[in-house]
Amino acid sequence: MATAANIVVTPVETPPPAAPPAPTAPGLVDGRVAEERVSVASQWQLMWWRFRKHRLAMVSAGIVALFYLGVIFADFLAYADPYASEGQRTLLPPQAIHLFDDGRFAPFVYGIKGERDLTTFKRVYVEDTSRKLYVRPFATGFDYKLLGFIPTNMHLIGLDGAPTETNLFLLGGDLQGRDLWSRLMYSTQTSLTIGLVGVTLSLLFGVVLGGIAGYYGGFADTVIQRLIEVLFSIPSIPLWMGLAAAMPRDWGIVQVYFAITVIISLIGWTTLARVVRGRFLSLRDEDFVKAAELAGAGPWRIIFVHLAPLFLSHIIAATTLALPAMIISETALSFLGLGLRPPAMSWGVLLQQAQNVQTVALSPWLMIPAIPVTIVILAFNFLGDGLRDAADPYGV
Amino acid sequence: MSTIVTPPPTAVPPQPPAAPLRERLTGQILLDVKDLKKYFVIHRGFLRRTTGYVRAVDDVSFQIQEGETLALVGETGCGKTTTSRCILRAIDPTSGQILFRTESGKTVDVATISKRELRPLRRQMQMIFQDPYSSLNPRMTVLDIIGEPLLVNGVKSRRERIDRVEELMRLVRLRPEYMRRFPHAFSGGQRQRIGIARALALHPKLVVADEPVSALDVSVQAQTLNLLLELQNTLGLTYLFVAHNLGVVKHISDRVAVMYVGQIAELAEREALFRSPKHPYTAALLASVPKPDPRLRGQRKPLPGEVANPAAPPTGCYFHPRCAFAVERCKVERPAWEQISPGHWVRCHRARELTLPGIETSSTVAPAAN
Repeated sequence: MATAANIVVTPVETPPPAAPPAPTAPGLVDGRVAEERVSVASQWQLMWWRFRKHRLAMVSAGIVALFYLGVIFADFLAYADPYASEGQRTLLPPQAIHLFDDGRFAPFVYGIKGERDLTTFKRVYVEDTSRKLYVRPFATGFDYKLLGFIPTNMHLIGLDGAPTETNLFLLGGDLQGRDLWSRLMYSTQTSLTIGLVGVTLSLLFGVVLGGIAGYYGGFADTVIQRLIEVLFSIPSIPLWMGLAAAMPRDWGIVQVYFAITVIISLIGWTTLARVVRGRFLSLRDEDFVKAAELAGAGPWRIIFVHLAPLFLSHIIAATTLALPAMIISETALSFLGLGLRPPAMSWGVLLQQAQNVQTVALSPWLMIPAIPVTIVILAFNFLGDGLRDAADPYGV
Repeated sequence: MSTIVTPPPTAVPPQPPAAPLRERLTGQILLDVKDLKKYFVIHRGFLRRTTGYVRAVDDVSFQIQEGETLALVGETGCGKTTTSRCILRAIDPTSGQILFRTESGKTVDVATISKRELRPLRRQMQMIFQDPYSSLNPRMTVLDIIGEPLLVNGVKSRRERIDRVEELMRLVRLRPEYMRRFPHAFSGGQRQRIGIARALALHPKLVVADEPVSALDVSVQAQTLNLLLELQNTLGLTYLFVAHNLGVVKHISDRVAVMYVGQIAELAEREALFRSPKHPYTAALLASVPKPDPRLRGQRKPLPGEVANPAAPPTGCYFHPRCAFAVERCKVERPAWEQISPGHWVRCHRARELTLPGIETSSTVAPAAN
């Protein structure tokens, strides 16, 4: 995954050289044309123009997009069955990939010879330089269903002339001799998606309940406000533990976790609801809303045509910032053993293996899953930042 | 308020920008407001007990004839905006009647009509807002803003709306090419004209203008007022013109109602009210209108004291604590709403005995700022 991130950064860091005259700065190039463009630009165009100027956010958007591409094609990117353990390859360090063979581009790895060091009883691996195993793109490997419905066995890379599962360990292997890269691909899939439903649900609750409180006010507002205060006071970790214990025994680990995120979302909508309520309260009395009412517009038109676009941008930014929170909480809870547990795979589960100092000292590559966590969280935060800055093109 | 106020022909001399009043009036009463009241309840404490009322509008009665401009003038907080919003039913009045003569000749009471019945009526009474910035949705194009009343009232064809918006923009002197621009590309005066175009989109009979020029630059004020006058002549509009400044009103109104603490203090034809005000408050407001003659400078005597609190108005006449002519009777007895000469109504015990200074109205100078 770390390599994936590297790939992204390069193209985005060099922005298109011949950019059209910055439309947000009229008068610099051709005042009249630029001004005309700003005058007729819609909200989304203005947002896009402003967002484009936020270099860091643009790079982050690229990174996030790449991660989610990785989520979709996790099976394709993984080259080894994530559950295939190989006793002869436990705690194998990351393998070096040689790109050139006799001055010709032909990536290969050397074969691995593993033996037990009889004084330390540690497994040591040496490269068998007599055996060159060439890495081939689009190689065949274990069977899977692409996008969940196209049965195939093609993978991004594979080895020529030797089983990939036992010979290719780009990021090393774990205690059971499973390939870390492939497991990371599947973990990314879980970590980046399992909270999405929860986030969507809390978004929905937040907007609807906050909207009702703000638009109708009065009794509805009082009830919703008190409810928010009660929910605010519930401590989340004990609740999480209680829920984890209360889930039906026969449910799978991922199912249980999913159910918990959904339940947590039922109390997670409160912050957004408050913001939405505040926006509604202040916007409801704007003159242009009154004007629409006087023109005969009904409440639905007023909410969706006049009010919603004014805080839609805010909701987008709020969501972008809620996603990293959900990812980090998955990782943290799984690391503590409260969230996902093996055999499920997630970033937190992978990091669980690096829980003791001995592992970290002897096989530091097990800490690699922390890198994508950091990258994706940072990217989401910068993206949210950029979106929030761009969200209000009129500075209202 | 039982008889229609029909001004004598000599009362209003024809003015260059405005058509003669007689030509505009049809003699029909378009709006008849009777004993309008709007009390806001004051809640206190956790249990939200009612601890009092703000009498924002307290027993206001007036009539507006078709084609006429009635100005509603008063200081901030006197209830003029509340009155205008009640008439449009943007807020629900506490009691009273607002009789509106619809296009079909029926008279409906806007104060009590159901929301469902109100909707078709909305197109006949429209509003021009004070703040040209907050009254236009920043996320909509001019086309969508002016076209919205059309859209929600059944003009579904986009082509038809574009044509109509084009026509409206020409009417308010905006270039139709700017139709696809967003409000942020326009100046305050232009924005206000967008607001006027929106108000006119549905061919309303009554236009309530809530201080339409007080947020504008002085140079733009006159231009906007002239546009309003011109639109009245060409479209036969009736205006309820809310202002906090008699100087603005001088230019545009046929009759003027002066409000003080939720009540109308004086209501008369413009000429009569400006030349010989009968209520001391009107006289004080007139004295505060800036005069172009520098020799008159220094003669202004600002009103002492503050506007009375509408939640706890003074006894007797609401104006007595600030009135230079107040006598003992004014402190105890509430003055009645009486007609002292045809069409001239006053709420003052001493209206008949006092001779108060007025100002000339024949000049058509640009209205002064605030």
